[in-house]
Amino acid sequence: MAVYRRNYKPYAGALTPAWSRWFILFRYSRRNLFRSKFLTTLFVACFFWPVVCLAMIYLAHSASFLAQVGLPSGIISIDNTFFYHFISVQGVFAFLLTAFAGPGLISPDLANGALPLYFCRPFSRAEYVLGKSSVLVILLSQITWVPGLILFVMQAGLAGASWTGTNLWIAASLFVSSVIWIAILSLLAMALSAWVKWRIVAGALLLGVMFFGAGFGQAINAVLRTQSGNFFNLAYLMGIVWNALFQVDVDHAIPVLQAWVALLVYCAICLGLLMRKVRAYEVIR
Amino acid sequence: MSTTTPAAASTLPLPLIDMQRLSVRFGNRDILCGLTASLSGNSIGLLGPNGAGKSTLINTLLGFYKSSAGSARVFGYDVGTQIAKIRGLVGYMPENDAFISKMSAVSFVQMMGELSGLPADMALERAHEALFYVGLAEARYRPLGTYSLGMKQLAKLAQAIVHGPKLLILDEPTNGLDPSARQRMIRMIRDIRDGKEMRIVLCSHLLRDVEDTCDEVLILKQGRIAHYSNLDEERRANKRFLELETYGANGDFTEAIEKLGCECAVTANRMKMILADGVETRDIFKLAAERQVRIRRMNFRRDTLEDIFLKAMEG
Repeated sequence: MAVYRRNYKPYAGALTPAWSRWFILFRYSRRNLFRSKFLTTLFVACFFWPVVCLAMIYLAHSASFLAQVGLPSGIISIDNTFFYHFISVQGVFAFLLTAFAGPGLISPDLANGALPLYFCRPFSRAEYVLGKSSVLVILLSQITWVPGLILFVMQAGLAGASWTGTNLWIAASLFVSSVIWIAILSLLAMALSAWVKWRIVAGALLLGVMFFGAGFGQAINAVLRTQSGNFFNLAYLMGIVWNALFQVDVDHAIPVLQAWVALLVYCAICLGLLMRKVRAYEVIR
Repeated sequence: MSTTTPAAASTLPLPLIDMQRLSVRFGNRDILCGLTASLSGNSIGLLGPNGAGKSTLINTLLGFYKSSAGSARVFGYDVGTQIAKIRGLVGYMPENDAFISKMSAVSFVQMMGELSGLPADMALERAHEALFYVGLAEARYRPLGTYSLGMKQLAKLAQAIVHGPKLLILDEPTNGLDPSARQRMIRMIRDIRDGKEMRIVLCSHLLRDVEDTCDEVLILKQGRIAHYSNLDEERRANKRFLELETYGANGDFTEAIEKLGCECAVTANRMKMILADGVETRDIFKLAAERQVRIRRMNFRRDTLEDIFLKAMEG
């Protein structure tokens, strides 16, 4: 129907499948995020370290080039420690990206009262959370495990089947360590933005949870002469899990299993907080 | 109860809204208490003072609040178990600000259309149509955050109709509008009502809004149904009730009117009468002319919604 006709006409065409509608939120939210030049620049900067790592893998297998510049051929070792350092650096970038992109996902909807408009449609709260979190999950995947696996494939191609067979577990570690970090960051960012509603404050709060959490944990450790304060330090807990996944030997005050449980509890708390706030209308009892 | 397809839902003679002892409770407070009603008008008004439970009723019908007792059906679909089907048939314009401030109106309405199930290209086309229809054509590329209150109301209306719902729920659509914007909104609602494509539930505490747009009205008071009225029937009934102010009338004139079968009550130079079937106003003029009685004023009784509302509130 031409747009100049102002009489109302109902829609009688086919509808899209209900299961696919969460992807609409993903599309709109991602488009909205990348309107920011800063975020686009930050996103591009996140690929600097993977490119450096790629070059290091190439150099590690270019004995002639190393010989030309006077370096011994075994100076660059591509092993579990190499990928551990890769994921550690990308984890920091993932945090920075989340601190900038995460709070803007839900808080504008809550601040402008848009949630009833979503939920008066055949669109559930779970689909809403899925649609919004998929923005962060896909964005962070693009800078963590996806380039990590590309590096692994590159190394496997250059090193041969023997190296690949021995180190296949590193690929699984790359994926699992990224996924748990992405889950924590996404849920934490969205839960904070849902409760604070103000984007800038939610961003600051995310930084606060990471840095002040670490400080608070250290204070508890010092005052109570215990190691339990480390449970408040998300980065520390994540470090324990990453060390275990990449089999990097570092002594920690908290056992790996407890660190895993603590991280899963954090995820569950964030999800609970999120679902409590993501409602069409809040009921004041 | 029936489980009809959405397409067929509007054509079946099911009540639009059917409530059986519907109650809603928040904590220790009863917000809705045992509402029982079956509403099937094309345009239904929910009327009541602030805090009567109008918005709670709408939110319960949309599945936002759970009922503590009883049941409700919309187009025959149960609110408790078939809410997704109901939401597929409904367009909702909430009372408060509800938009995404940095989005342009056309993107916003398009997204809402897509979330209702429209394919992206169709949603975009219909977003333009809806914004033209509500009168926001020139401003449709502006961010919603820059809109005036009246324009935001129109944008909310556009998102509510973009997907062609069978039922349009309007919660206080004229809130905060100046008189001319209110007139425009009322005209739009009437136009939608007269188009017969959508049925309307309008929730308001403004009697004029309901009177101007609805043919049925449910008056709520403290979470209970205070009165139900079919305004069309009331209006038709009022046509039989006349008030006259006369000069020179005497018992002969009154007697002549009563002989026509009309009931009459006289006070000084004023008469109130209920016209008998088949008697028209021209018969009264004829009798007056024959008896040299001057009719200075003749009014149909206008038992306004205000009267109905006030009676309901007193009850």
